Amino acid sequence: MINTKSYNTSFVLLAVLLLVLFVVNISLGSVSISLDTIFSSFFTKTDQLSNHEYIIQNYRLPKAITAILVGSGLGISGLLMQTLFRNPLAGPFVLGITSGASLGVALVILGSSVFGGFLATFLVSKWSLVIAASLGSFLVLLLVLIVSSKVRDTMAILIIGLMFGSITAAIVSVLSYFSSAEQLQQYIFWGFGSLGDLDWSEVKIFGLIYSIGILFCVLSIKGLNTLLLGENYAKSLGLNIKQSRLLIIIATSLLAGTITAFAGPIAFIGLAIPHVTRQVFNTSNHKILLPAVFLFGAIIMLICDSIAQLPNTDYMLPINAITSLFGAPIVVWLLVRQRKMVF
Amino acid sequence: MKIKTQHTILKTENLTIGYSSKKEDTVVASNINISLQKGELIGLVGGNGIGKSTLLRTLTKVQHPLQGTIILNNKDLKNYINLELAKTLSLVLTEPIASKNLTVFEVVALGRQPYTNWVGNLSEHDISIINTAILQTNIEDLKHKKCFELSDGQLQKVMIARALAQDTDLIILDEPTTHLDMYHKAYILKLLQKLTKDTGKTILFSSHEIDLAIQLCDSMIVMSKEGIASNSPCQLIEEGAFNNLFPKDMIIFDDKTGSFRVKK
Repeated sequence: MINTKSYNTSFVLLAVLLLVLFVVNISLGSVSISLDTIFSSFFTKTDQLSNHEYIIQNYRLPKAITAILVGSGLGISGLLMQTLFRNPLAGPFVLGITSGASLGVALVILGSSVFGGFLATFLVSKWSLVIAASLGSFLVLLLVLIVSSKVRDTMAILIIGLMFGSITAAIVSVLSYFSSAEQLQQYIFWGFGSLGDLDWSEVKIFGLIYSIGILFCVLSIKGLNTLLLGENYAKSLGLNIKQSRLLIIIATSLLAGTITAFAGPIAFIGLAIPHVTRQVFNTSNHKILLPAVFLFGAIIMLICDSIAQLPNTDYMLPINAITSLFGAPIVVWLLVRQRKMVF
Repeated sequence: MKIKTQHTILKTENLTIGYSSKKEDTVVASNINISLQKGELIGLVGGNGIGKSTLLRTLTKVQHPLQGTIILNNKDLKNYINLELAKTLSLVLTEPIASKNLTVFEVVALGRQPYTNWVGNLSEHDISIINTAILQTNIEDLKHKKCFELSDGQLQKVMIARALAQDTDLIILDEPTTHLDMYHKAYILKLLQKLTKDTGKTILFSSHEIDLAIQLCDSMIVMSKEGIASNSPCQLIEEGAFNNLFPKDMIIFDDKTGSFRVKK
């Protein structure tokens, strides 16, 4: 609301850090690639690429961009949910988005034996997983939206989202019980999350839906700030609560839904990033928080990804494990240091 | 007596308040005819459960009247859209604000939301109104403090400043003196009185501080089982409106001192 200028230094520093980490992230991997090659690969035409330049352009660059979109998108949707539900423990997945996505994926992977033969191989392609995850999260969210349009209390929506999560988890357990070890393994691998599976055409679609989600977030800024006073005050200030709520929920579902569809369920980033950002920037104003969470989310996701790919080895750790190892201690540290979570 | 041209801000006509469900309507109070004049401080008193909150909720369009009409600034309350109402009527509620991480300035600034653009940027004009509201409520030294650092009394002043910044003709406060010590109770009500004089705004508040209200209010609304009386405090004492406020077995109203006494 005021003092926007005093945050400028922090923003510039974070932006520079993001750029540096972006380049570092690209340079790290199973083979080490020199900085010269990295920069030259940005400007080389597709048909004249050397091996290393090819790796950069078609594997590492899309992966780094995915990391930025995933980290920032999850952070921002976590921020939106924490403000909407006035709950510091809310994250992007409280509305049942992950559970919907995992149900869709479980149906495809674990249920494929039911369809059998030819259909099974078609079903378990990558695109079918993306579509299943999107459809699953979309359908669960649609249900939550329909139910939430009938309830006045925002807290009830939170509980409804959690209940839908429990129902889908139960269905997944039933499906798991009847499926083979191989199928289970495939399902579990999806649950590890992955940033590196996207080619350029997928990154473009991802980026497009992500941008629409961010647009909705920007439109929600004023409503989010008003909601900091509580719903009754917000209403007395002329805010259309139902409309703002819908806008915030749509923004979150677009962001968290596509992220889960393309990269799997990534844990803890959505919960931890908004808290880290609030600590550093010491404000609740969403005009500052939104870009700040974007930067922090992207930076931390790039770091997590750099660690996960275990530079100069042939191994890659599941990204989900790294984000949890990173996120959970941060939340604990915040609680110990602050003794309470302000939001 | 000086004759003032009076301007009615809010008026109710044969208002019945209560709750309606599918099965039946529960009437809390009926036949309410009150009118609030510009620049007055009005206290709403009554025992617990008599319907003070229901009346305030109805007057602020949080719930609908069962019968009758409410006229706010010569216009039926029904016909107000949210944003228009936010520019005519501001509230101070009993509930705490959701985020205590906001600074005092930020909370007061949020009062300007009905006037700001789509992203909520404050103009020079907005900032000057915010600073005036902060001055009028004597919270200048708290301006950059976070709300979780404030005492209840300080927080109440901040919420009043926020309502002032909303720049409305009418401010309604729901029990602004609860949780405050005796000094701050008097301080807050005295502040409200000063604000009506300085700004010409109409302020309606509900309270259990009947003694203080009698001393400070321009007029009072007394809700009791016998009905609703509305007049200046002195006249209400003459009418004996306070005598019926509570069951007479425990406390009685003393006309001479304008206060209640416990029966020995």
